[in-house]
Amino acid sequence: MKKGKYIITENTNLAAGIWKMVLAGDGTAVTAPGQFIDIKLDGRYLRRPISVHDADEGSITIIYKVLGHGTDDMTRYEPGKPLDVLAGCGNGFQTCGDGSLSQLRRPLLIGGGVGIPPLYLLAKKLIASGCLSQVVLGFNSAEDAFCIEEFRALGCTVNVASADGSLGTKGFVTDALPAADTYDCFYTCGPLPMLKALDKAIPAGIPGQFSFEERMGCGFGACMGCTIPVKGGYKRICKDGPVLAREEILWEK
Amino acid sequence: MGEVRENRLGVTLCGVELDNPVIPASGTFGYGKEFAELYDINILGTFSFKGTTKDPRLGNPVPRIAEAASGMLNAVGLQNPGVDHVIAHELPEMKAFFHKPVMANVSGFSVDDYVYTCEKLDKEPQVGWLEVNVSCPNVHGGGMSFGTDPKAAAEVTRAVKAVTAKPVILKLSPNVTDIAEIAKACEAAGADGISLINTLLGMRIDLKTRKPILANTTGGLSGPAVFPVALRMVYQVVRAVSIPVVGMGGISSAEDVLEMMMAGAAAVEVGAANLVDPFACKKIIEELPAAMDKYGIKTLQELKG
Ligand SMILES: Cc1cc2nc3c(=O)[nH]c(=O)nc-3n(C[C@H](O)[C@H](O)[C@H](O)COP(=O)(O)OP(=O)(O)OC[C@H]3O[C@@H](n4cnc5c(N)ncnc54)[C@H](O)[C@@H]3O)c2cc1C
Ligand SMILES: Cc1cc2nc3c(=O)[nH]c(=O)nc-3n(C[C@H](O)[C@H](O)[C@H](O)COP(=O)(O)O)c2cc1C
Ligand code: FES
Repeated sequence: MKKGKYIITENTNLAAGIWKMVLAGDGTAVTAPGQFIDIKLDGRYLRRPISVHDADEGSITIIYKVLGHGTDDMTRYEPGKPLDVLAGCGNGFQTCGDGSLSQLRRPLLIGGGVGIPPLYLLAKKLIASGCLSQVVLGFNSAEDAFCIEEFRALGCTVNVASADGSLGTKGFVTDALPAADTYDCFYTCGPLPMLKALDKAIPAGIPGQFSFEERMGCGFGACMGCTIPVKGGYKRICKDGPVLAREEILWEK
Repeated sequence: MGEVRENRLGVTLCGVELDNPVIPASGTFGYGKEFAELYDINILGTFSFKGTTKDPRLGNPVPRIAEAASGMLNAVGLQNPGVDHVIAHELPEMKAFFHKPVMANVSGFSVDDYVYTCEKLDKEPQVGWLEVNVSCPNVHGGGMSFGTDPKAAAEVTRAVKAVTAKPVILKLSPNVTDIAEIAKACEAAGADGISLINTLLGMRIDLKTRKPILANTTGGLSGPAVFPVALRMVYQVVRAVSIPVVGMGGISSAEDVLEMMMAGAAAVEVGAANLVDPFACKKIIEELPAAMDKYGIKTLQELKG
């Protein structure tokens, strides 16, 4: 994790309530897809954690949804504005090519709503390392859909589901999953009910990585504000997560 | 040039010299590791490590954190690995990156708990002070009840003093009517110092779900919002006792440090500010000399009057 000043170069509306912000600054602080940045907003005490959607040497891109006061403020931030950011927070996804997953070349990526952004940098990395990536994206409706073409442009096969049926398969991501014999591992980020449903829907033998959200005090492991029990102990979502391996997750509250 | 000058920032806390009065507060600095990765934490006066109990504790369910205007609520519930683990792992690891006496923050649910934990930490040469927290608002059945009753606070103080030779600082809760009375009871029972304030009991409700945000329903408020309350309580305690008082609650700048010391604090702790800016204490220490110049303060010792 590194603290730095980043300058907004772009802040645009992508879909209903969904915005994309590009920040110029040290992108090398991001060391893995699935990490997040923690942004200090004017007049708000705690930082806001937002996943890294994309990063290169000189920039970091995020996609955010207007949820409360802080994210609403962000929509009014103009290019040129400097932001105080902790970048490269959390563990991120482990990708094919690292250690235990080196043999798994057919990953499935499943994102729901603003759980989709971190899967983009992940898909880029996976494709660069020669993996055949399939993607399933879930939205409420066509109105709040984003990023579908970006994933296709990377060369992924993309299935789309929408709750109201206005786009792709009517229903949830679980209704748009490809056949289980077409992938050998999966990565997912999205609302908790979606993560739970996926754990039920995907055959138990397939390894998966799940990215979680939690309210945070610090975002770098100091306050124990975000700790949840896992098999064999407990983990801080901000530092030991946000990505947890399927086999360590305790689903019951 | 050749002249040997006294360290302008130096203070003494219960007979132990500190290079400066800035001490990260318990629960906001872990066991130092996360910060030592970012800067050399030996620049600190010392730091107070995470509230440690006899047995390991997972703490409360999440959400444990909520935001407030100029502050935050936490209901961590004293998550810590237990004193035996702290002695076997955290303290030896800490040796690699922190070379000063550390302040050991201790919590408990019975007098015996406090005694057990303090007796063990008393044997650790790295520990400079025991900060006995009788004020945690986020755990049921212990913690704060000791800090809201002068007799109970005195009983803990007496029992702990009997098992340690290290300076014992009682950390008090602001959630009381008469803070001076409790501080006096601790002093009479042998406390070497008082630190305050812990967090103020509060809550938030999520407008969308109409339910409390914190899984624990209530939590402790800290951050700049509590500074005036903390300052007032430190001022009252300083005037009620003759042992040193460590002031905390909302400190986030060098000027806040000076103000707290003008109220009579011998040293200060900085809590929530570390969470929002991991470099907060470093920045405060660096900015102290200029802030002192601005207000015509030659040494921090002179503020003690
Ligand atoms: C690891 C991680 C990655 C995330 N990635 C994204 C992303 O890529 N895009 C996106 O739109 N959102 C993302 N979120 C959720 C985002 O952090 C919240 O939507 C945002 O903090 C809400 O702030 P607010 O001021 O608008 O809401 P308010 O409700 O006004 O915020 C009040 C407080 O609650 C916290 N809070 C409220 N909702 C959440 C939540 N769901 N998760 C965590 N903290 C919350 C805020 O951070 C703040 O401290 C992520 C969260 C986490 C933990
Ligand atoms: C996340 C968090 C955890 C805390 N944990 C402890 C603890 O374990 N023991 C303790 O004595 N105080 C604990 N505190 C209280 C702080 O040490 C401090 O007394 C309080 O937050 C007021 O200072 P501040 O306004 O600078 O944060 C905690 C505070 C926070 C924010
Ligand atoms: S938010 Fe502080 S430890 Fe995770």
